[in-house]
Amino acid sequence: MFEILEKYYLGPKIQYALVKAPLIARKAEAGQFVILRVNEKGKRFPLTIADFDRDGGTITLVFQEMGKSTHLLGQLSAGDHIMNVLGPQGNPTEVEKFGRVVVVGGGIGVAPVFPLARKLKEHGNEVTAIIGFRSKEHVFWEERMRSAADRLLIATNDGSYGEKGFVTEVLARRLESGPADRIFAIGPAVMMKAVADLTRPLGIKTIVSLNSMMVCGMGMCGACRATVDGKTRFTCLDGPDFDGHQVDFDELISRLGTYREEENVSFERWRKEAKHGN
Amino acid sequence: MAIEKKAVPMREQPASERIGNFNEVPLGYDEAEAIHEARRCLQCRKKPCVDGCPVRIEIPAFIKALREGDFRKALEILHDTNSLPAVTGRVCPQEDQCQLKCVLGRNGEPISIGRLERFLADWEYRQRGEPKAEPPRLSGARVAIIGSGPAGLTCAAELAKTGYQVTVFEGFHQLGGVLVYGIPEFRLPKDIVAAEIEYLKGLGVHFATDVLIGRALTIQDLFHDGFQAIFLGTGAGLPVFMHIPGENLPGVYSANEFLTRVNLMKAYRFPEFDTPIKKGRRVAVIGGGNVAMDAARTALRLGAEKVFLIYRRSEPEMPARREEVIRAREEGIEFLLLAAPVRYWPDQNGFVHEAECIRMTLGEPDASGRRRPVPMEGSNFRLQVDEVIVAVGTTPNPIIARTTPGLKTQRRGEIEADESGRTSLPGVFAGGDAVTGAATVITAMGAGRQAARAIDEYLRGRTAESKS
Repeated sequence: MFEILEKYYLGPKIQYALVKAPLIARKAEAGQFVILRVNEKGKRFPLTIADFDRDGGTITLVFQEMGKSTHLLGQLSAGDHIMNVLGPQGNPTEVEKFGRVVVVGGGIGVAPVFPLARKLKEHGNEVTAIIGFRSKEHVFWEERMRSAADRLLIATNDGSYGEKGFVTEVLARRLESGPADRIFAIGPAVMMKAVADLTRPLGIKTIVSLNSMMVCGMGMCGACRATVDGKTRFTCLDGPDFDGHQVDFDELISRLGTYREEENVSFERWRKEAKHGN
Repeated sequence: MAIEKKAVPMREQPASERIGNFNEVPLGYDEAEAIHEARRCLQCRKKPCVDGCPVRIEIPAFIKALREGDFRKALEILHDTNSLPAVTGRVCPQEDQCQLKCVLGRNGEPISIGRLERFLADWEYRQRGEPKAEPPRLSGARVAIIGSGPAGLTCAAELAKTGYQVTVFEGFHQLGGVLVYGIPEFRLPKDIVAAEIEYLKGLGVHFATDVLIGRALTIQDLFHDGFQAIFLGTGAGLPVFMHIPGENLPGVYSANEFLTRVNLMKAYRFPEFDTPIKKGRRVAVIGGGNVAMDAARTALRLGAEKVFLIYRRSEPEMPARREEVIRAREEGIEFLLLAAPVRYWPDQNGFVHEAECIRMTLGEPDASGRRRPVPMEGSNFRLQVDEVIVAVGTTPNPIIARTTPGLKTQRRGEIEADESGRTSLPGVFAGGDAVTGAATVITAMGAGRQAARAIDEYLRGRTAESKS
């Protein structure tokens, strides 16, 4: 059992949770994730680690309430416990001194971009962060990101805050104004695909963090498999970071939709039960 | 009195009934049946059956106690060498091991050793309430066991009985390894596995779930934290794919994923349980081993109208237990032999829709001694399916090997270990599927037991050294 120490909303349906998990905090690095199971009947699902405190023995999770499992997690309060948290899983993001680096985060993908930007900076990189949200009320961690990056650019889809448009448009403008040696993108699959499509002709190596569906998270089931450079790789074992120019994003997006129908059934059933106070 | 040539049959759920539920298929002996069967044992002095058993259970001795009605004593004899009798009584291939050597088998049916073993374990399970395992005084060194499958559990039990302080680390949220994620409920009920683990807890074994060694803690961390010896019983959990076009389409599963969703995550009770599974109408299972049989029979129980088992060789070459092949056929699984998929085709929604297969003939024997399947050019055909389960094997998980400098592995990731389980690193032992590649529960248990002895020897040696 893993105790939630703090929990609050960062924006509409976007929550922050500080979880006591000393063993995970001891080893966690930017790029790694945890597998959670909220209760006895819950499913296992991955969340990227948004921050960690080795001395305090805590990890930070940022998640969006989407289906039943994230709503169940969202209903827990400080003092409540998550039944299972496994981690840190996956390989840490490989960071060295690349030079001029652009990190791109979209939606809740902004959360894992934070420890990455911090680590990149520690390694002497010049870091530009581009973070995108739907609208002003969805913006979170602006100050944190500002502290971790040399330069912060914010975009909202509706233009209610920062620049209007998608992160790719901001990125395109940034790349027109000056070169970059390495790009990292974390966010929805369509966003990472768009970033990879933008940087491919420019020949700038672009690392993406795949958000594949997972069951085990430790290499025994293959639910998270993705085609990278024409080969089948397991996101949990070989990733989650891959060269964005080699990832078959259409396949990733198609696989992410495998259980859309079942997830709706599960969520609707839960919503009805919740309404009746069961 | 003449010896009865035929074994007492075991009652089982009829095929028509059992395909509609996940309950256990064979129902077990009652007391009278067990004693009746036990009376057939010749009590050979040479005990050939014991030679056939990877953990060397004193088979004639336990059968003697059983037929004299002393079930408690019979169980003690079982537990001397086998910490999981309820499991092995069900899933061991006795027909290839102890029962193969039985003298009665020369002129009739061998004694049903597995059924008797299962009877005793189940009898004990029904008697629950009294603690059976005497917790030994645990004073010895600390030993870490990695993985809670059959190898790890056996090694843990043996070491605890010897007095060591044992901690078992498991990556999943539940204990049992392949016994809980792989083998279906209808072949091995999960409360049976839980009861066997309770027995180990009674022996004083500690368990830590949700800890994946190689990520949260490395082998070096464990030594640093005060463990003096480590046993790697991490199994062969990495699913093998065929790397053919369309294999990553939605609706194509590894057998491990399919079975884990159903067995461990209880997807067959979706939406009461949150983990979903596609309930295919026409399902193709690829492979001819026990896992393929388990997957096919599971798909049927989830409501499939038609389940095809596609195997590239013919039935005699199938690695699955005969008993499971027969049950699968009885239940209506259709065997497509001498065929293999070459490609999967999607429907307009991107889900798997057709399996394109090619026919095979058998050529010269290969390294395994079985005749090699050879594709027949131009024999391609398409089979309409809405779900595919790939059960063509597993190899050891690479995480520990990747994070443990100096730990030697072989070509397919098998950890190098000698017969007693010693690896290339001092104090690190390994056994079971992690060393051999995918094999059986009982060979893994045999390896776990062997390694426990080697660990004991190693730790005694160290103690002697530090004293001198």
